[in-house]
Amino acid sequence: MTIADWIFDGVLVLTLVWLALRTLAGGQLFKSVVLYIAYGLLVALAWVRLSAPDIALAEAAIGAGITGVLLLDAAGHMRGSIESRSSRNLRARNQSAEGGEDG
Amino acid sequence: MAEPELRSPLAVRAAALAISGGVGALLIRALLVLPKDEAGLAPLVKANLDASGVKNPVTAVLLNFRGYDTMLEIAVLVLATIGVLSLTIAHSDKWPTVAEHAAPALSALARFLAPAMVLVSGYLLWAGEHAPGGAFQAGSVLGAAGILLALSGYARPAGMTGFALRAAITVGFIVFLAAAIGDMLIEGALLEYPADHAKTIMLAIEAWLTVSIAVILASLFISSASPVEELRRRIRGGR
Amino acid sequence: MTQADLYTVAGGVLFTIGLYGLITRPHLLYKVLALNVASGGVFMVFVGVARRVPGPAPDPLPHAMVLTGIVVTVSSTAYALALAKRIFTETGMATLDSADTMEGGEDAAE
Repeated sequence: MTIADWIFDGVLVLTLVWLALRTLAGGQLFKSVVLYIAYGLLVALAWVRLSAPDIALAEAAIGAGITGVLLLDAAGHMRGSIESRSSRNLRARNQSAEGGEDG
Repeated sequence: MAEPELRSPLAVRAAALAISGGVGALLIRALLVLPKDEAGLAPLVKANLDASGVKNPVTAVLLNFRGYDTMLEIAVLVLATIGVLSLTIAHSDKWPTVAEHAAPALSALARFLAPAMVLVSGYLLWAGEHAPGGAFQAGSVLGAAGILLALSGYARPAGMTGFALRAAITVGFIVFLAAAIGDMLIEGALLEYPADHAKTIMLAIEAWLTVSIAVILASLFISSASPVEELRRRIRGGR
Repeated sequence: MTQADLYTVAGGVLFTIGLYGLITRPHLLYKVLALNVASGGVFMVFVGVARRVPGPAPDPLPHAMVLTGIVVTVSSTAYALALAKRIFTETGMATLDSADTMEGGEDAAE
């Protein structure tokens, strides 16, 4: 393990933790899903760092690819409905917070 | 920061922080006091690798040493797929039957990428014997190719809702189970492959697993996703 | 502290973040995201522990478990998302709670 290895691993791990926090703390579905896809890709990189190429191959195809399209589809499906129906009572209560949304 | 009532109440969040923080701290503490330089099961796998019939230790564990686990996990995949299909299959007839709806760039890209992905999948399946790869990786790449074809309008999910789809989803598990029972009858133990044919049997199981995993992953998306036209309308509707 | 320890601890932290998100976010899609983040942490613990063995090659047994785990996770994610979309179509709600604890999904945080 050289210093460069430690720096790389440290930055990778911190980025993963930061992406996980941002994914779950965010309020915009679409943005959170994209952050999660980035998380999946970097997890695949972590598998390579840990000498697990078998897992990295599967993770790159599934974690970032297939899970990503599934989540994007669900986010699209639920966003339209959030706009029209589910947030109606929320909007009545909370006009101001709706201002920053991405709809 | 949004107004509190948009999220869980403060008390819930504080309790959640205490619970997850406590669990996390205990977990990390437990992981750090694990014995150092413990060889785990690696030497055992290494010692028996020659007898397994393949040279990639991960494949040997998956298909041979712990084949029972893998077989039951395929069963979980099949069950989850049955769940998704029974919730969503009604929409599959809304998918386009030809590529006419797809964007030209996507359509051209799919024509170019899909054969390459099939090739990569076949390579991964074969390479799994001695290098990183195997049924799971090959199946995911093949499944991703199926999703790409469906999104670009080349694959027609509506034609796949009948017996063919059900057969493709379950064939991997059925072949695995048949091999397990066959081994039990011949060798006397579940998934105890005959030494001379271990590699052939494992490759045959993996080939059918690849088909099943690919069809499962593709149909998980295709059966539950919104029809292409609706997706595009949404994207056009913009965010 | 070794490289394996670094990733093992990171896996524990990621699991904790996922667990907290799972409890606190009422929105169903965020619950699915939180489960996926947490399972990524669990896998990282497994692969990190597999890396602790002496010698250049890691323990293949946890690798095989994680490999099947990834595929099982995506199928359960698909099932959870199908259920969430169905709940949404039927009720117009993105959560399982009453309106008191509901969040819009578009706003909050930041």
